[in-house]
Amino acid sequence: MIEFTLWDIVRNLLLAARWTIVLSLIAFVGGASLGLLFTVLRLSGNRLLKVMIGVYVDVFQGTPLLMQLFLAYFGAAALGFNVSAWAAASVALTLFTSAFLCDIWRGCLEAVPRGQWHASRVLGMDYLQTMRHVILPQALRLSVPPTVGFSVQVVKGTALASVIGFVELTKAGTMLNNATFAPFTIFALVALIYFALCYPLSRYSRYLERRLYDAGMR
Amino acid sequence: MTLVCVKDLHKSFGDLEVLKGVDLDVAPGEVVAIIGRSGSGKSTLLRCLNQLEQHDGGNIEIAGQRLDAEAMAPSELSRNVGMVFQSFNLFPHKTVGENVMLAPVVVRGVNKQEASRVAREVLDKVGMLEKFDAYPAQLSGGQQQRVAIARALAMKPKVLLCDEVTSALDPELVGEVLLVLEALAEEGMTLILVTHEMKFAHDVADRVVFMHHGRIHEQGDPKTLFNHPRTPELRQFISAVR
Ligand SMILES: Nc1ncnc2c1ncn2[C@@H]1O[C@H](COP(=O)(O)OP(=O)(O)OP(=O)(O)O)[C@@H](O)[C@H]1O
Ligand SMILES: [Mg+2]
Repeated sequence: MIEFTLWDIVRNLLLAARWTIVLSLIAFVGGASLGLLFTVLRLSGNRLLKVMIGVYVDVFQGTPLLMQLFLAYFGAAALGFNVSAWAAASVALTLFTSAFLCDIWRGCLEAVPRGQWHASRVLGMDYLQTMRHVILPQALRLSVPPTVGFSVQVVKGTALASVIGFVELTKAGTMLNNATFAPFTIFALVALIYFALCYPLSRYSRYLERRLYDAGMR
Repeated sequence: MTLVCVKDLHKSFGDLEVLKGVDLDVAPGEVVAIIGRSGSGKSTLLRCLNQLEQHDGGNIEIAGQRLDAEAMAPSELSRNVGMVFQSFNLFPHKTVGENVMLAPVVVRGVNKQEASRVAREVLDKVGMLEKFDAYPAQLSGGQQQRVAIARALAMKPKVLLCDEVTSALDPELVGEVLLVLEALAEEGMTLILVTHEMKFAHDVADRVVFMHHGRIHEQGDPKTLFNHPRTPELRQFISAVR
């Protein structure tokens, strides 16, 4: 059996953590773009679109991410598509993220008080003018803390991609454990790396929240 | 000559008939105070006047412009009617100056320089010019409400609607807002205000309108109305608020 020094373990975990970061970024950027598109479509006033997006959001929020990953990976295979773990994980996490962000952003738009609509209206602004100059800027500010906060869920969500064989941080930990039988050391290190990724994000989101509060927007 | 002409106005919310035939004429420069118990339809009447609610029956004409069942473009309506709310509703992400300049620029296409000039003028009128660059959150309630009044004035409406504009204020801040309204009244601005400030209604209004169960129950000049109420409902209302 090969001997692993602590440094070997740490080095391998850090290398694998790159893929956690890359997958997180793909999921977040892809999810945010798709989520934004859905948010806009939802606002467009088309009934059917609104219902369809509502169902989409409910489905992805109401089922475990793990099942979504299985469906993207094994389901695609069953339908005859040979998708890589990479592709399946990216797609599943992107869809998952888009559903949550779409819902978070809808909440932010609705959190802008109705009085803002009334005030704009009596000043002569129409729907688009009100959206652009009054509602969106406020909703955008409101949305930053929960959006950053949700990015923590995305990072942690990538751990599930390990079950379809995608070698990111968690999978690397499992593999190293199989080789070294030092579970405590390894998983403590894995947890530490996740923490190092997530903690700054949650701190940042709390900071942004406080700033909003100070600005009197809540 | 009338500026606002309301005839047989009806409005229901579902089964609840809130306005049951309101007739109201307001002359240019007139100050009309609307009083009445909670739920009597005062706010609903004001909201029909600027189409925040769509009336079901009767008609409304403001400056010769008929508000039909079909909603008028907000930009058209804003030429005639301005409104100030109980809860100020300033735009929290914009400075005082920007709050006042936004609608003239966006709705009327006024250039920034001219908008800024007008903003300074109306802010000066309400005594808020030195707060031009402050954000609403940095102002007291009374100051916010004065800015809200300035913001409405910047659109140069022919009539200004005020719905309990002092009700959300701490008692010591009520006076400064009422002073601004009084100055506007003296300047000849047409005002329709729903108010619980009986002294203000008595001292400043040209006419007081008492609403009861969705109708104008009694109206007249303030001294007569307050000192010699004709109907038992008004008598009861006056003794209750005194
Ligand atoms: N959007 C709405 N939907 C349903 N009912 C409403 C709505 N707006 C007002 N009402 C009802 O209509 C009635 C009259 O309301 P309105 O706000 O005009 O009263 P008000 O005289 O302004 O009372 P207050 O002094 O409490 O402000 C109330 O019974 C109220 O509950
Ligand atoms: Mg009211």
